[in-house]
Formats: sequence, structure tokens, C-alpha cells
Amino acid sequence: MKFLLQRIVFYLFTAWAAITINFFIPRMIPGDPVTSLINKFQGQMSTEAINSLYVLFGLDENASLWSQYVDYWGQIFHGDLGLSFTFFPTPVSEILKQSLPWTIALVGITTFASFMIGTSLGVLAGWRRGSWLDGLLPVTTFLSSIPYFWLGLLAITLFAGPDSFFPSSGGYEPGLVPSWDREFIASAIQHSLLPAITILISSVSGWILSMRNMMVTVASEDYITVAHAKGLSERRVMVSYAARNALLPNVSGFALSLGFIVGGTLLVEIVFSYPGIGYNLFQAVGSKDYPLMQGVFLVITMSVLMANLVADVAYLLLDPRTRKEG
Amino acid sequence: MSAPATTIVAATPEGQVDAAAAAKRRRLRFVANPKAATGLVVLGFFCLIAIIGPWIAPFDPSARSSDLIQGPSGKHWFGTTHLGQDVFSQVLVGTRGVMFVGLLAGVIATALSVLIGVSSGFLGGAADESLSALSNVFLVIPALPLIIIVASTIPGAGDLMVALVIGLTSWAWGARILRAQTLSLRRRDYVEAARATGESTWRIITVEILPNLTAIIASGFVGTVIFAVMSEITLAFIGISTISEWNWGTILFWAQSQQALAQGAWWWFVPAGLAIAFLGTALSLINFGIDEFVSPRLRSNGHTKVKTTDGHTVKMRVGFTPVLNTAGKDAPVTPVVRKASEKAKGAA
Repeated sequence: MKFLLQRIVFYLFTAWAAITINFFIPRMIPGDPVTSLINKFQGQMSTEAINSLYVLFGLDENASLWSQYVDYWGQIFHGDLGLSFTFFPTPVSEILKQSLPWTIALVGITTFASFMIGTSLGVLAGWRRGSWLDGLLPVTTFLSSIPYFWLGLLAITLFAGPDSFFPSSGGYEPGLVPSWDREFIASAIQHSLLPAITILISSVSGWILSMRNMMVTVASEDYITVAHAKGLSERRVMVSYAARNALLPNVSGFALSLGFIVGGTLLVEIVFSYPGIGYNLFQAVGSKDYPLMQGVFLVITMSVLMANLVADVAYLLLDPRTRKEG
Repeated sequence: MSAPATTIVAATPEGQVDAAAAAKRRRLRFVANPKAATGLVVLGFFCLIAIIGPWIAPFDPSARSSDLIQGPSGKHWFGTTHLGQDVFSQVLVGTRGVMFVGLLAGVIATALSVLIGVSSGFLGGAADESLSALSNVFLVIPALPLIIIVASTIPGAGDLMVALVIGLTSWAWGARILRAQTLSLRRRDYVEAARATGESTWRIITVEILPNLTAIIASGFVGTVIFAVMSEITLAFIGISTISEWNWGTILFWAQSQQALAQGAWWWFVPAGLAIAFLGTALSLINFGIDEFVSPRLRSNGHTKVKTTDGHTVKMRVGFTPVLNTAGKDAPVTPVVRKASEKAKGAA
């Protein structure tokens, strides 16, 4: 329990740090791009909306930095992230609410699947070191060196086309209305297949490699030799003795590298025009929509923190030592 | 002879390595690793292109011509863009920006990670707590979105600015690993001895500790360069950094925004992507080389199938010591063979 509490305190601290970074970044923008954008929409914005943007971007010259900071926190707690300029006059929180489920479904499922597949392959490659499985390593190294988005471009050229099974863009058939019926879900799955495979191929190799190296290290431990000497079956030694222990560092590695992976996978959405958060970020960058950018960053960071917490709970379940201490 | 002597002979590869030859080889051991050697050669090639690229490019990368969107030909090796620009020249000229940003960001991040990681590991106490909390925060916050947002608030960010932003945000991984290693080093006997003889903290860190961290620092540097190259190309691809300077990401940006896919112009984005992949693979290979140099267990290219002097083939595996019957070819090979030695009997 102590372990979990420590982690939760750490994540709260990180969340505070991320929000604070988010508070200061727009204040470093030289010149005043936000004012000019606000002026552009002057007639169409309510005073309330303008006020909220003033707080978010520190345009209120009269207030001290500290009171700006307090106001900013107040707004975050109310879920007020300002108005998007690209999708004027929709609030940023509204846009994110729509796109977040898409990203969580695509990136969440593929990241988890790639961790599972990569870890299992890594167990085999580490156990049968020197066999043909080692031939996988250079191939996966090459695949992991390819940027996700470029692999996406390649996948679209090769597999998607006007009369191909794989659609090249979007999250569902344009005519459909998002709902929980069979037709829509089938269309959503069909649209997510190609992006999912792209993410899977480029992210799986990292797990294979780290798990293989862990297995190789674990395989020379004394307790493995003892397990063999006891006459346990090869499979039992591999899974219950070696893999079980090699898995621990890999799970904590999973938690730590989530931030890197999620950043990369968001780009796949851009290439496939997938209606998720990554595509929002792309649109925001293209039109200098600062409120949307800030909102996307906050949401991504919070999601990664949540995922980290889940990984920590998994670690807690896997490693009895962490349970004993508390 | 009262009790039969027992011989258990461990299988060894055929032919003893000459001691003198081994000593000579040790100096070049890192380069002799095929992975590291391949990586270094490819990296060297890209460095060369980065230096001479703009001079050997057959065309001005921004110059327009009347050959619009043409496939690879003798005149334009990698085809042309929607404005008739030569893609081959763009790739050559763009190499410099990619290498510059990658290496500079790598240097900045490595310097920061050494500074923060080693001091946090060596000092301990409250300084350690706060420094490692700082690096954990930077580790957990998704780096790429942060880089994108910071870079997009800087109008017209050039190569130098991009390198700075990437370097300042991606030091955390290295710092974490260095801290762990420093923690394990600081209580070693030789460090204690140095402390007892009255060496200053500064001298202990630079002379006693840092040399032992060389391999980790090197691998952290290479890893950061990979990350920096990817981030920089991503920034250019989504159109944040200036598109007036050519790099591989800029090529991909134009290819994407001008619908190269829909027009079937594969030559427009394939060369730049392959260049990224080759550079990334080369850097990863160097890193594997460093890993295997430090931890010989990870080497996979060792002779796993070994032929012993009497003709048996034994598969070497980690955690097992294959043990052989020295009596002869026909005897069964079991994990452990204990048998009275013929020689001992004959002598008796």
C-alpha cells in the first residue's frame, strides 16, 4: 500500500508540474499572437469567453503572476480550457471530449497489444538465444527506426485505395452517425485496422528487444539452473521461472516509456486523418490554435499519468516484494 | 588406486586463443563487434553526406523546373516534386540539418543528464530526492507533445532553436540511468579510498566515477540522438519548424501536403523515410554494440554450436555448462557424465 501511495503522490506532483508548465508556455510567446486572434473574432465572442482566454494566456496585464496562476487553476478545475480558434466557437473541452475516446481506443488497445506480443516474442527470443529467432532482431531494429508516420504513409500507398478493403482516412464511414449500432462499430473497426497495424509493427520491436535482454540476464541466474536440475519441464522453467522474473523490469519500463510511445502514435492519427487527439493537435498547430494545443497537451499528459498508475498497480500485483513492505 | 578418479570436462571451443593476440585485439574490441562496426560505417557515411551534401547535390533543392512530379530517371535519381524540384538534391542537402540537430540536441541532453544524474546519485539526501523527482517528472510527461507545443510558440524556429528545445526536454532517461549507476559506484572501495586520501569531491567525480560511466554516457548519447532526429523530423513533418530550411522532415511535409499519396508519387517520400530508417538503424546498432561491449551475455553471435575435439557437437546455452564424456565418440552424451578415467586406470 505504501508503494501505491508514494506513486499517487508522485503522479499528483507530476500533474501539478505539467499544468504549471502549461501555464508558463503561452506566457513565453514573444509578441501577442493570441490578442490578434481574439481581435479577429472580436464581434463573435462573449465577454465571458474573452475573459477566460485572458486568464489562460496571461493577457491580463493588471493582475500579478500569482493571481493569474490562481485564476488559471480555478478554470482548469471547472474544465474550462478556452475556446478553440479552429472550430470557433466550440469550447476546447467539447472538442477533446469527442476525440478522446477515439484515441484511447486506438492507441490504448494497440499499445497494450504490442506490449503483450512483443514481450511473448522476447521471452522466446531470449530463451532460444542463438537460434533463428535472433534473426528477428535486425529486422525489428530496422522497423523501430522508421518513424511511425512514415510507415503509415507507406501503408496507405500499398494497401489503401479507392477499391481496397482498407479506407485511407477517417475514423468511420462519412455518412454514418456515431452510435453504438452494429453498422457503425463495424465501420469504425474497419477504419482503425490499418492505423493499428502500423502502430503495432513499429512499436513491437522495442518490447521484443528489452524482454530478450532481460531473459538472457535472468537465464544465467542460479535459480534457473536449480529449476533445470529439479527436472522441471523446459516450458515450466521458461514461463514460471525465467519469464516471471524477467517481466518485472519490463513492466516498469512500460510505465516509463508510455510518454514516448503515445507521442509517436499520435502522429499515426495525423497521417490517417483519424478523428483523435493527435489529429486535433495537428489541426491546432496548423492554424496556431493555442487554446486547443494547450488542451491537447493537458489531456495527453493526464491520460499518460493514468496509464502509468495502472501499470504501477500491475507491477504491485506481479511483484510480491512491493506488497510485503507496506 | 583405491577410488576411481572422476573427470568432468567442460566443453570448450576448439583452439585456444593466443594470449598475446587477445591483448592486441582488446583495444579494437568495440570496433570489431560487427553490429557496432556496421553502425559506425553507416553513421560515418551520413556524416560525410552532411558535410559535402550541399556541394555534390546536382540541383538547387528549391529550384523549380518544368519536370513536374516525375518518377526516378537518369536526370532526377529520386524523381521530382510538384514544383519540379529534384528530390535527390533535397535529400542530400537536408542531411546536414538532420545531423546538426540530432548531434547538437544529443550533446545538450547528454551534458544535462550527466550533470543531473551524477550529482543526484553522488550527493544523495535531499538534493538526490529533488533531482530525481525532477527527472521522473520529465520522463513521465509525454516528450513529443511538449516539444511540439514549445516549438510552435517560437515563431520561425530554426535548426538551432529546435535542437535546444529537444535537448532541454529529453535528458531525463539518461539522468535516471546515470543516477542508478552512480549510486552503485559511490560506495565502492576505490571511491572510499579516494575519499580517505583526501581527494576533493570534484576530483572524485571527474577522475574516479566518470570514467566508469563512459559506456552508459555513450549509449545515452546515441539514444538521445535517435530521439532528437525523430523529433526534429516530426516537427518538420507537421510543419512547425521553418520550412525554408531543407531537411528530411520538410520533404515529407511537402509530400503529405501536396497529396503525393493520392498522385502515386511514392518516390517523393520513400527516399527520405528510408534515409531516416537507415540512420536510426545505424545508431541503434552502435547502441547494441555498446550494450554487448558492457554486458557480454547479450552477444548473440557467439558460437552457440561448438564442435569439441573428439567430434561431438554441443549447443552452448546460457546457464548451462555442457559436460562431455571424454571416453569416446560412441558413448552417450548426457548432461553430466561421470566415468572412471581410462588414463587413471592405465597408469595404475
